[in-house]
Amino acid sequence: MPPVRSETIPVRNSEDVLRVRQIVRNWAVAAKFSLVDQTKLVTAASEIARNTVIYGGGGELTLDALEDRGRHGVRLCFRDRGPGIDDVERALRDGYTTGGGLGLGLGGARRLVNDFAIESRTGAGTTVRLTRWKT
Amino acid sequence: MDQIPILKVEGCLLVSIQVDMHDQLAMALQEDLTCRIVESRARGVMIDISALEIVDSFIGRMLNNIAAMARVLDAATVVVGMRPAVAITLVELGLTMTGVHTALDVDRGLKLIRTLIAQGDARTGARVATSPV
Repeated sequence: MPPVRSETIPVRNSEDVLRVRQIVRNWAVAAKFSLVDQTKLVTAASEIARNTVIYGGGGELTLDALEDRGRHGVRLCFRDRGPGIDDVERALRDGYTTGGGLGLGLGGARRLVNDFAIESRTGAGTTVRLTRWKT
Repeated sequence: MDQIPILKVEGCLLVSIQVDMHDQLAMALQEDLTCRIVESRARGVMIDISALEIVDSFIGRMLNNIAAMARVLDAATVVVGMRPAVAITLVELGLTMTGVHTALDVDRGLKLIRTLIAQGDARTGARVATSPV
C-alpha cells in the first residue's frame, strides 16, 4: 500500500530511541488514534528501536502514514545492517534473550500491533515492519 | 536532565519520574536509589510514574529490579500513578510486575508503604517473641 506521507529518521543510540517514541506518538495522534492505541504503538516502537540500537548496531526507521478507505494507520519499518537473527521463531518467543533483557521485546511488540513482519539474514541485517490501524 | 531527584520524606524515599527516560538514565536511577536506601536507612520507596506516557520492557524491568533490591535491603517499594493506557499496554506486552506493589496515587501509596512496613515489623516481632530467650 503506498503511503500518504513518509519520513525516515536515524536510530543509532538511546537518545534516538527517545526521539522515535516522540515522533511515533505524533504520527499516531495525526492518525487520530485513541490514547490506548497511541500507547501500544509507541511502546512497540520503543522495543524495536532499542533492538535496532543494541543488537543491530544502529539503523533507521521509516514511518508511513496509511489510508485505506477512510481508515488511518501508521506503518513503521526499522532497518539495520547488523549481524541478523539466526532463528527468528526463537527470537519471537517470550523469555528468549541474548542480551540480558527480559526477552519480551519482539514477541511483546508483535502483540501490540495489527501486522508484524520480520526479515533477517545472518550477516546482512534485520528489517522489522509494524502496522497499527485506528480502531 | 541527567539525574532524577530522590527526596526523603518521613523515612521514605520519594521519586517522581517527570521525563521520558533513556535507558542509561533508568539504569542510573536504579543505582542511585539502591545507594540511597542504604545511606538513608529508608524503609519505603515510592516511585511516581504518573508523568510516564509509556512503560516498555526496559523501564518495567527497572521497576522490578528496584523493588527486588529494595526488598533485600528491607525496604518496601510502591509504584504509584500508572496511567490506564500504560497498564493496558503492559499486560499485552506480557510484562507482569510481580513483586512490585502498586497504588493509584501518592496518598494511597504512602498508606500502603506504612502497612507493608508494619507487616514486616510484625513478622520480625513474632519471630523474636517465639524464640527462646
